[in-house]
Amino acid sequence: MSVDAATVRRIAHLARIAVTDDEVPHLQGELNAMLAFVEQLSEVNVDGVEPMTSVTPMEMKKRADVVNDGEIADEIVGNAPATDDHFFLVPKVVE
Amino acid sequence: MTDLTSLTLAEAREGLANKSFTSLELTDAHLGAIEAARALNAFVMETPDQARAMARAVDAKIARGEGGPLAGIPLGIKDLFATKDVRTTACSKILGNFVPPYESTITSQLWRDGAVMLGKLNNDEFAMGSSNETSCFGPVVNPWRREGSNTTLVPGGSSGGSASAVAALLCMGATATDTGGSIRQPAAFTGTVGIKPTYGRCSRWGIVAFASSLDQAGPIARTVRDSAILMRSMAGHDPKDTTSVDRAVPDYEAAIGKSVKGMKIGIPKEYRLDGMPAEIERLWSEGAAWLKAAGAELIDVSLPHTKYALPAYYIVAPAEASSNLARYDGVRYGLRVPGRSIGELYENTRAEGFGPEVRRRVMIGTYVLSAGYYDAYYLRAQKVRTLIKRDFEDCFAKGVHAILTPATPSAAFGIGEKGADPVEMYLNDIFTVTVNMAGLPGIAVPAGKDTQGLPLGLQLIGRPFDEETLFSLGEVIEQAAGRFTPARWW
Repeated sequence: MSVDAATVRRIAHLARIAVTDDEVPHLQGELNAMLAFVEQLSEVNVDGVEPMTSVTPMEMKKRADVVNDGEIADEIVGNAPATDDHFFLVPKVVE
Repeated sequence: MTDLTSLTLAEAREGLANKSFTSLELTDAHLGAIEAARALNAFVMETPDQARAMARAVDAKIARGEGGPLAGIPLGIKDLFATKDVRTTACSKILGNFVPPYESTITSQLWRDGAVMLGKLNNDEFAMGSSNETSCFGPVVNPWRREGSNTTLVPGGSSGGSASAVAALLCMGATATDTGGSIRQPAAFTGTVGIKPTYGRCSRWGIVAFASSLDQAGPIARTVRDSAILMRSMAGHDPKDTTSVDRAVPDYEAAIGKSVKGMKIGIPKEYRLDGMPAEIERLWSEGAAWLKAAGAELIDVSLPHTKYALPAYYIVAPAEASSNLARYDGVRYGLRVPGRSIGELYENTRAEGFGPEVRRRVMIGTYVLSAGYYDAYYLRAQKVRTLIKRDFEDCFAKGVHAILTPATPSAAFGIGEKGADPVEMYLNDIFTVTVNMAGLPGIAVPAGKDTQGLPLGLQLIGRPFDEETLFSLGEVIEQAAGRFTPARWW
């Protein structure tokens, strides 16, 4: 399988990465090189094989459903590029 | 006091214990070495004030007889580990000046045991790379050079700063992480020892995530013994990482020098590649001969799905990366590039913040997870992964204790020599990536040099949670091959 220019733009949008028109041919070439490389997996017989979900056989641990952290709003917003009174600021999303 | 930097961690531990020198003296010696080695670009942040403060505090503890297992030992920390109040970037522009208000579990265990932090080490951006050329701080330089040449070589990646710093005697050991070979390949390229533990052995909490089902932290050190000492402090159960295994941490150092007599060592025929350089082939046979001389039994084994590990990896790892890296949106931390809408803000921030390799992997990951392609790519790759793991299980079920392979298909290459074709760069991890896919432990030990005088490494792959056997066998190789230290030119 290979991707065309429109697919490259669609993937970039899904990944939320802006790409300019002149970057598309280069990205298309790179993605197609990777897809060509992984193409060899199609020759493996995977009939009846379970997909791996956990590399170390173990039951998912669960923790008690209790509050164990908090009251650290200053720390949480401490690295944010734009904040106001413990809120993260973003461009207007609702008109 | 510069000769203090040439001690092994184990020797320094002894010197500190019998008060031949203080941690402050040992730390100062390393800080001086770091300052003199800036040409290597191994450190992205030096923390001398913090290092001296930690050293003084631990000296006081040692004087009271309270020093821990790593009391006073100066270490370097890969910039993928969150360090409280010390900038942590994963060497990506998108994290900008991120200063964590928390400490990763592994580093907190190192400080608990008395280690001293010298600074943060360079790595490939988000640990994506095999040459440490994708870092936003620029490439790391390998302290090794080809004989009679001053071409600058890569240290391997992604833990290139860790490997370069340990090889150049800038720190006594370093933390590193390994998703497809990022501990073992740079260790092999720099003549150092690196171990990727079994998946779940070390906590991933507070380590910047790349591919969560493959990522595992471990040490890079000067000797097998030093790596065993560091492993004991790094390993252990952590309730904050649900994949961390609740299992006692053995005294790994006790495995050093243990007899390997009667151990069965698998030699997998699929690792004998077409066109493999003769010197790699020779190194491999020599390593097998050393283990045999020590009493181990060599057995030919087959791991039939080996060739599919790398292509399966390049579906699974980017898929997980695309999901993990979704958090970098320019809102809560790191870089922010404005846009008219929030969508534009996301797209502009991520276009500006991610380097070309990271962007490529996020996009391929997005594609293989997208509607209509999930079954053909991602699901199939996860099935192939099951088969790869099964190969190893079949092999271990026949009584094999460990598997011996080359660590890399070549010695270190020049900066800028590879990379035009991403797949060519990916082939560096051909011998190491299988181990991550199966969640097994693997150690890279320096075993010889190529015809140009560059170090080469061998890899030992172990059964799950049997790192001890790897340390015992690794020690045999180190005893036979000797240690490898680059001639200083920087």
